[in-house]
Amino acid sequence: MTLAAEHQPESDTESPTNDNDRITSGSLAGRGMFAIVGASFVIGALSWLPSGSINWARWVIVTLLVYVAGTYAVARIVESPRQATDRLATAIVTSAFALVLLPLISVVWTVVDKGSNRFDWQFYSETMRGVVGEGGGAYHGIVGTLIITGLTTLFAVPFGLFTAIYLVEYGGNGRFARAVTGLVDVMTGIPSIVAGLFAYALFVLIDGPGHRSGLAGAIALTLLMTPVVVRASEEMLRLVPNELREASYALGVPKWKTIAKIVLPTAIAGILTGVVLAIARVIGETAPLLVTAGLAQGTNWNPLDGRMTTLPVYTYQAYKFPTLPPSASIDRAWAAALTLVIIVAVLFTTARILSSILKPQGLK
Amino acid sequence: MNTSPNPFPHWSEKNVNSPKRRLVAGALVLTLVAAACGSDDDTADTSTEDSTEEPAAESTDETAAPGSTVSGTLVGAGASSQAAGMQGWQAGFQAINEDATIEYDAIGSGGGRELFLSGGSSFAGSDAFLKDEEFEASKDRCAGEQGAINLPHYISPIAIPYNLPQIEGSTLNLTPDVIAGIFANEIANWNDPAIAALNEGIEFPDVNINPVHRSDESGTTENFTDYMAQAAPDVWSFGAIEVWDGDGPGGGEGAQGTSGVVAATAAGEGSIGYADASQIGDLPAAAVGVGGEFLEFSPAAAGRIVDASERLEGRNEFDFAIEVNRTPDSSDVYPIALVSYHIVCLEYPDQETVDLVKAFMTYVGSEAGQAASGASAGSAPISPEVRADILKSIDAISVAG
Amino acid sequence: MITDTAPQSSPAPDDDFLGGDTGKLGDRVFHGLSLGAAALILATLAAVATFLFKEGLPTFTGDKSELDNTESFVSYVGPLVFGTIYISALALLIATPIAIAVALYISHYSPKKLSHTLGYFIDILAAIPSVVYGIWGIGVLAPILSRSLYPWLDDHAGFLPFFGSDVNVSTSGRTMLTVAIVLAVMILPIITAISREVFLQTPRLHEEASLALGATRWEVIRQAVLPYGRSGVISGAMLGLGRALGETMAVAIILSPADGYFWNVITNSNSNTIAANIALQFPESSGLEVNRLIATGLVLFIITFGVNAIARKIANAGFSGADG
Repeated sequence: MTLAAEHQPESDTESPTNDNDRITSGSLAGRGMFAIVGASFVIGALSWLPSGSINWARWVIVTLLVYVAGTYAVARIVESPRQATDRLATAIVTSAFALVLLPLISVVWTVVDKGSNRFDWQFYSETMRGVVGEGGGAYHGIVGTLIITGLTTLFAVPFGLFTAIYLVEYGGNGRFARAVTGLVDVMTGIPSIVAGLFAYALFVLIDGPGHRSGLAGAIALTLLMTPVVVRASEEMLRLVPNELREASYALGVPKWKTIAKIVLPTAIAGILTGVVLAIARVIGETAPLLVTAGLAQGTNWNPLDGRMTTLPVYTYQAYKFPTLPPSASIDRAWAAALTLVIIVAVLFTTARILSSILKPQGLK
Repeated sequence: MNTSPNPFPHWSEKNVNSPKRRLVAGALVLTLVAAACGSDDDTADTSTEDSTEEPAAESTDETAAPGSTVSGTLVGAGASSQAAGMQGWQAGFQAINEDATIEYDAIGSGGGRELFLSGGSSFAGSDAFLKDEEFEASKDRCAGEQGAINLPHYISPIAIPYNLPQIEGSTLNLTPDVIAGIFANEIANWNDPAIAALNEGIEFPDVNINPVHRSDESGTTENFTDYMAQAAPDVWSFGAIEVWDGDGPGGGEGAQGTSGVVAATAAGEGSIGYADASQIGDLPAAAVGVGGEFLEFSPAAAGRIVDASERLEGRNEFDFAIEVNRTPDSSDVYPIALVSYHIVCLEYPDQETVDLVKAFMTYVGSEAGQAASGASAGSAPISPEVRADILKSIDAISVAG
Repeated sequence: MITDTAPQSSPAPDDDFLGGDTGKLGDRVFHGLSLGAAALILATLAAVATFLFKEGLPTFTGDKSELDNTESFVSYVGPLVFGTIYISALALLIATPIAIAVALYISHYSPKKLSHTLGYFIDILAAIPSVVYGIWGIGVLAPILSRSLYPWLDDHAGFLPFFGSDVNVSTSGRTMLTVAIVLAVMILPIITAISREVFLQTPRLHEEASLALGATRWEVIRQAVLPYGRSGVISGAMLGLGRALGETMAVAIILSPADGYFWNVITNSNSNTIAANIALQFPESSGLEVNRLIATGLVLFIITFGVNAIARKIANAGFSGADG
């Protein structure tokens, strides 16, 4: 087992660690590690035997504990204390990852399992107009989600990205920049329902009471999405080494071109991840959309006028106010949640592909 | 675009120039993908929308929908308790009137009344009738001088589900005093003699009672606590409350919404709750002491509660606000029910709204309409006598002037 | 932080060499746009704050008789503030170390091919709507915890005030600890995603310098990766905390709330959070009750501001690539 990080592509740089390893002491080879993992697994299995029935949680937890402790102890004896610490870190990191997979897989499994009851063509081609009980679909919800989230992204990404550029590239440590940084922080704390009420109040000023439209929903979500975009982009822009900027300036490239062609492309992978995370943050919002975009039974393509259903509102409605039989509504709720996850998976995939295309060559 | 002579051309062209172009292209692709996903199914939708209206016809087959069909969009907002029933009414009404659309936002009773009074909606759904000052305000909101009226269109029985597998098979009888004692945390164990005295022949286990209440503000809580306040005033001293935590006795377990209460009751042995009768699933429900006997909930028995109650004095002659009577003399009236209103103006400024409101309210109050909400939400039908009276009120709705 | 070394102070580029005014004009437009965006943030927040104040103010001036519950605002919001901070802190405490470990696993331990897939999988989890986490929490996690962990904590850790044994342990598991665990699962993908990106950006020179000195993998991480990523991890944690503080639906669905301050995290009586309380009470509220709920929103605003200000201080004290 090589100790240097696998992500180092040039394998010849790894030799110092390995040499070091061999010179100082014996080494825990792959087979040894395998034995420890196997033994922990068996001990974990033994731990539930007394109670007679399989206890998955105990099995996993005991296995991980024995694995972490066992690795450290064995490495301490066979190898050096430094190696043992390294092994311990590896064991803890790996165990943490395995532990996290448990609830995450459970959540995903729940969504897929329950969502698959209504994962059919009818669900994706029909609306809820005139439907009670069985049947019906979420076509109108998918349309509404795409329109409202699309508009939100259109507003929030330029807004957030330029704010981040200001903070990192222009504002420096000035008073205004610090104030904006603080305000962005405050913005992340706007409870979603308050954002909805604010957008609603804004449109009431323009259009009178009872206003409902997709645009109002998008404005509410923009309030929630922008700070996430700012924060993520800001972080990624700050990571761009100043050497790059200075090299560019030294070549006489104007500042805006340096930002547009050097800084942004270098940070683009991280920024895209941030944007998609931000979309993920708002695409599942329910409360602000209930008060701004409302709920419609049919499809509405016009974000400027009339109610527009989104998938989370659809899920919420079906879960909170089920019609008889309740199972039909609950199935629709889960199918809508599954659809939402699929939409986001598509978004993520697109972002991943884009960022690998856009990433400048020659940088890690 | 790049006019400056660059000393390192390969750098600028390969690594600097192209990413920007790609970024723009990428953004375009994203937008297009989003747009395409939706438009693909456009044709499919328009063709299916008609067909989806068929299933709804079953609930309206024997409909006596009055007059010719209407068209347009009628907007209502208010009580979330009506949300499930409203879906039945929307489907049934739109099946008869294909060009009409009913929109209903379940924003809550108070919000619904406020929106109605500000002119943001044509009718309101509300678990409470208009207060006096709201009635006065409605005279400004509505055309003409007569203001708005309350129509008790939605009656939903509230059951008392419990989770006690040890007494499975037998019916649990509870009087108002014992119910109030349980929810006020005064009766804390199932083997309490007060419970045993009402249920001869049942062996109660030594299990703590876990009373489950709504954690959200709700009309169900208000009606249930109003019941205890009227029927067991000595035990329940908290009055009719909408929010349990803070206003109520504390303790117990809180859960969001009807589904939350049912889930919490089903999860914990020894639990007892209160919830819309149609949603309690497999849980058994207690029989409630009324008029000297014990009565299990049924839609018919709950529907009689409007007949057993007095109409409020001092309102418009067409108004149907009632002070719900939780202690009826007759033992065939189930007293724990939520009565929810539709609030409409007696006069509207234009004919289209009048036509829509009259057509929709007439449908909702009709036998077919009450059956539709019964099928979608398990609500109780209003009695024929009350229906006839309400119809007179609806007939009185007209264009101002 | 950047400008100390960056352009404003550096000699102005030679316009002739750059081909005239394009550079200047472009700079002006770009500067204008970004300044405009930043100013718009200011304006938006001013508008939101005005709205909150205007709508929240009647709580203190209005006619109290409109309220069901006439206790003072402080005694109304106190338990909610406590619950919000307590539950979010618990969630952050659970999520952050695990998230850092997971991010490290993805960036420095897992095989490169696998790491993309793993990161992708975890990112997607950030998008699962909170309603779903709520239903999962009440339907799957709560029953498991109430059967296994909570009775065990009650028996073995009852001497701690968090698990005190003198009260009834929840039988349905809908407690603050359950909520904190669910929130931790919800915010974990956010913290992981940001941390991972930052860890991956560690300059290779730093890592190689460390390796060249014979450092083990863990030593490389401790010496090069973690210091470099500190500010990013804190940013990620703050974004996660922001979500935890403001989370409504999941908390509203899972928690069994009561009115008061409760340290014990495994009973049926739990302090509610501000956001969940708004979600629970708002739909059926009217008049002054709405004003009061909005005023609690304002309080949440202030809490978030305070927490983030502290985090900024910590993050800025660290080390960032732009400092060069």
